[in-house]
Amino acid sequence: MTEKVKIRIDGEVLAATAGQTILEVARANDKYIPALCYMEGLSPVGACRLCMVEVSGVARLLPACTTPVQEGLAVNTSSPQLESYRKIAIELLFVERNHVCAVCVSSGHCELQTLAQDHGVTYVRYPYNFPRLTVDATHPRYVLDHNRCVLCSRCVRTCAEVEGAHVWDFAGRGIQTRLVSELQRPWGESTTCTSCGKCVQACPTGAMAEKGWGVEEMTKKRTVVSRLSSMREGQ
Amino acid sequence: MDKVKIGTCWLDGCSGCHMSLLDLDEGIVGVLEKADIVFGPLVDAQEWPEGVDVALIEGAVSSQDDLELALTARERSKIVVALGDCAVTGNVPSMRNGIPTRKLLERVYVEGATEGRGVPTDGVPALLKLAEPLHSAIKVDVHVPGCPPKPDAILFVVGELLEGRMPDLGSKLRFG
Repeated sequence: MTEKVKIRIDGEVLAATAGQTILEVARANDKYIPALCYMEGLSPVGACRLCMVEVSGVARLLPACTTPVQEGLAVNTSSPQLESYRKIAIELLFVERNHVCAVCVSSGHCELQTLAQDHGVTYVRYPYNFPRLTVDATHPRYVLDHNRCVLCSRCVRTCAEVEGAHVWDFAGRGIQTRLVSELQRPWGESTTCTSCGKCVQACPTGAMAEKGWGVEEMTKKRTVVSRLSSMREGQ
Repeated sequence: MDKVKIGTCWLDGCSGCHMSLLDLDEGIVGVLEKADIVFGPLVDAQEWPEGVDVALIEGAVSSQDDLELALTARERSKIVVALGDCAVTGNVPSMRNGIPTRKLLERVYVEGATEGRGVPTDGVPALLKLAEPLHSAIKVDVHVPGCPPKPDAILFVVGELLEGRMPDLGSKLRFG
């Protein structure tokens, strides 16, 4: 079960356990690989494509969050090509919805905003989509703003895997994909939502927030979901 | 040596970026030792002059007038800086973009008005279909996001440009 393997990340030899992913090993060794849809304690899905890395002997790029390590694996986490792809991925997230930092509760604490700043995205090279999207404020304590959703599915996985309620899911395909609660019933009318709020804490942007906060005021307890998940390991 | 000529203008924005520019405090003295502000809401000139070195443009391109001023500024300036989130991303002005222009105007000036109902047509520029970032209308050389950009970011950018370097915002890069 706990077979030890050695891998190389950016030239450095690191000890890992078979079954771990490249991203897990990198994080355990303080090596930075950007990621948005990954959250410790949730099953990885490889949705955001920000953690793409180069693996020697493999012609295409692989997502670090879903690629398990094996003996002798050699990974390169940054190169001009990777950096250019990551910038593209970030810019495409911005054009897909209406991310208006100036009016967002999460501005200053937003993972998408931070990624853009860290990767030197000073502007977006692609035309904005400007979709017309709704805000679901039917829940008494929380609000869902589709304008700010990046479809990372952290809320979906948190609710299904940690809370066990599975209120959230995706409907539609491609650019029409939308987060839905309980087969498209408004959040406030959901009969399975326990109002635990873990989805809100897991959300990387201001798409899910507690009601009552103004611009820049909503800080999230990012570690809650990961901590709960780790406490249950082995149970 | 001739002073560098700076022009500023304010398209569809709230003037916050110009406030931030004024908020350079004593920093503006250093800028004005090397440069003159030859056009903008802070000075009297009526028309964007020829031969401007640095154009600082605030706001999204939202109306016919915005578009014309942006085109003129581009034509008559060496370096164009998109100043602030509205110029860089469209920001708040772009929140109208999901609504057809006619409906938007009727909602505000007819449904939303208690007196003098009717969409104004005289003395106001026609709205464009979309409020878009500056780089969708003209070539932009430097983007300085922020709502507004912090005075030290503006001072850094202007300082670099006055020294003849293209600024790299680095850790000063900030949206919102």
